[in-house]
Amino acid sequence: MTMLHLVNKSPFDGSSLNTATSIMKPDDALLLIEDGVYGAIKNNTSAAKLEGKNVSVLGPDLAARGLSEDKLVDGVKIVDYAGFVDMVESNDKVQSWL
Amino acid sequence: MPEESKKFMYINRKAPYGTIYAWESLEVVLIGAAFEQDVSLAFMDDGVYQLTKGQDTTGIGMKNFSPTYSALGDYEVTKIYVDKESLEERGLSLDDLQHLVWEDEDEDWAEKDSIRLVSRTEMADILAGQDILFNF
Repeated sequence: MTMLHLVNKSPFDGSSLNTATSIMKPDDALLLIEDGVYGAIKNNTSAAKLEGKNVSVLGPDLAARGLSEDKLVDGVKIVDYAGFVDMVESNDKVQSWL
Repeated sequence: MPEESKKFMYINRKAPYGTIYAWESLEVVLIGAAFEQDVSLAFMDDGVYQLTKGQDTTGIGMKNFSPTYSALGDYEVTKIYVDKESLEERGLSLDDLQHLVWEDEDEDWAEKDSIRLVSRTEMADILAGQDILFNF
């Protein structure tokens, strides 16, 4: 059983990313959307929380915020809306952290 | 600048697009500037994300209001303070931000930088020197 974890807040605005990354299991996936994408910026003080995790960011939200692939922590994948749907489908459950 | 003008400071601490605060702040700043007050802006915490360059909102169906920041100089909003510590802890540097300028009419319209990178202690002094503080 796998779970898709969605985080939509900046890591500096609340504890969603912190809690999600500490609770997710090895086979789970994390998708950062909206202000959550800021959590995937290289060298931000909470970037280490993504280490060893299956992390994706929503491309349109990344572009809206002026960020590009070269600013991201290594290994983080960029998905589009269709990719978002695929992730929802390929995991057994979805947990939206608020 | 009229005698009776007050020093207005707008403190921006929220990321753009996730909430409406950033856009609302810009609207209020432009209104205040039209009344010829001495306006300054501060960007701290997640507010520094508002100034990133290259924002493209076509994929999220929201208005990209980031080009408005470059118009601030024309409204004589020339003091934009960015908290250095907030930038650094977010993995960003001045290079990631828009290059905002204003033209100094006292120096033959020489183009000058609007963004001033400041430390927390400098920011504390800047805030202490204001008359009215608005938080967004």
